[in-house]
Amino acid sequence: MKKEAKVIVIGGSWGGIKASQAILKQLPASYSIPIVMVLHRLRHFDGNLQIVFEKRVALQVTEVEEKEQLKPGYVYVAPSNYHVLLEKDQTFSLDVSELENYSRPAIDVTFTSAADAFGSNTVAILLSGASKDGSAGLKYIAERGGTVIVQDPQEAEVDTMPLAAIALVPGCQIMNSERIQAFLLSLHDH
Amino acid sequence: MKLEADALFEQAVETLIQDIHAQYGYDFSGYARASVYRRIRRFLGNKNLASIEELRKNLFQDSYFFENFLQEITVNVTEMFRDPTFFLALRENVMPILSTYPFIKIWDAGCSTGEELFSLAIILKEEGLLERTKIYATDINQKVLKQAKEGIFPLANMAAYTTAYYAAGGKTEFSSYYTSSYGSAKFDASLVKNVVFYPHNLATDSSFNEFHLILCRNVLIYFNRTLQERVFGLFDESLVSLGYLALGKKETLAMSQINGHYTCVDKSNRIYRKTT
Repeated sequence: MKKEAKVIVIGGSWGGIKASQAILKQLPASYSIPIVMVLHRLRHFDGNLQIVFEKRVALQVTEVEEKEQLKPGYVYVAPSNYHVLLEKDQTFSLDVSELENYSRPAIDVTFTSAADAFGSNTVAILLSGASKDGSAGLKYIAERGGTVIVQDPQEAEVDTMPLAAIALVPGCQIMNSERIQAFLLSLHDH
Repeated sequence: MKLEADALFEQAVETLIQDIHAQYGYDFSGYARASVYRRIRRFLGNKNLASIEELRKNLFQDSYFFENFLQEITVNVTEMFRDPTFFLALRENVMPILSTYPFIKIWDAGCSTGEELFSLAIILKEEGLLERTKIYATDINQKVLKQAKEGIFPLANMAAYTTAYYAAGGKTEFSSYYTSSYGSAKFDASLVKNVVFYPHNLATDSSFNEFHLILCRNVLIYFNRTLQERVFGLFDESLVSLGYLALGKKETLAMSQINGHYTCVDKSNRIYRKTT
């Protein structure tokens, strides 16, 4: 079966906001693949990540609303204090169940459900972070033939998250943010 | 191949959902699947079960095991004064309107272990309305209803709840509402003396009374659009004209068929008012 990127899921923690901004800022407003982003933040920090991103990227940035349909040209940000899951019908489900890896939203939850919904058509990128969240989800995606990318630990502001992923997922591709950006552009249908 | 195993797992879950409905009467067919898969995988892991087949054997031979499964499959993670701005809005904008009724009826739908119920009761008490309010607290799960009735929560959570209570406009010492012992906080039973606890399944049961306020927060996120529509219809039937409906912070009436009968009176806290 030919791989065709249908969703891009991005996870990060400490340093992840900065890294994801660097990656997303060159993508055109017409970018053809929906992007879902799970970034850890303080649990009761209600401040809107949407605003942080809006000014810096051409794509529409929005906080996930439950049962919303995935659309191209959008970056969907996980809301504070909810897990974000993807359904096969390309909608979002939210979940307030137990923390995973001390986190809600947890990257593993979103990554796993993305692979269940999109199989090998999933592209996952794990960025800088001071947590091990995301590794298990990345492995899950790799086992289903998806594309898995880890930010170069040398570039990452905190390398715990990338190093944990590299150790757990031997087949992952290691790239710096410039290469990740170029890769994402290469997936875009012009 | 993992993808084939996943497909088999998903098929087995569908069969399991049908069989649970047939044997126990609980209908999970309208539950959002991504979350169901995650809950079941988690349950299999916690119980050291290798497959859905093994799970089936246990579920259908042992109703006690099924009760336990039911509790784990439906999410029962909750907290007191979750989203304090919501409770503040309830106190400042909704309670004054409710106070114009001689007798107030509230439905806490999906009350789980009672944290939200006790938060609500505390606000009603501080606004002088508790004595003339009757609350119907319902949940699909009898076990959590029993816990909700007891009002015993981990003492370790009280620091966070105290902060949230004040952010929700709390008027007294939060600790005056509970007594602590052995790592638990037992809330004053008089807070729930006008509460009726009983099992109600939003997926299959009907409307049973008329209310001035319905709270159903972070329950609908686990349902698909079809089941959500059913539940919205149920709420619409159960609300008096000008009654209030409070949803979770990320839940919305916007896509539903009853949306036209409602005004969103507080967008960020998702409080709706029935207009017709």
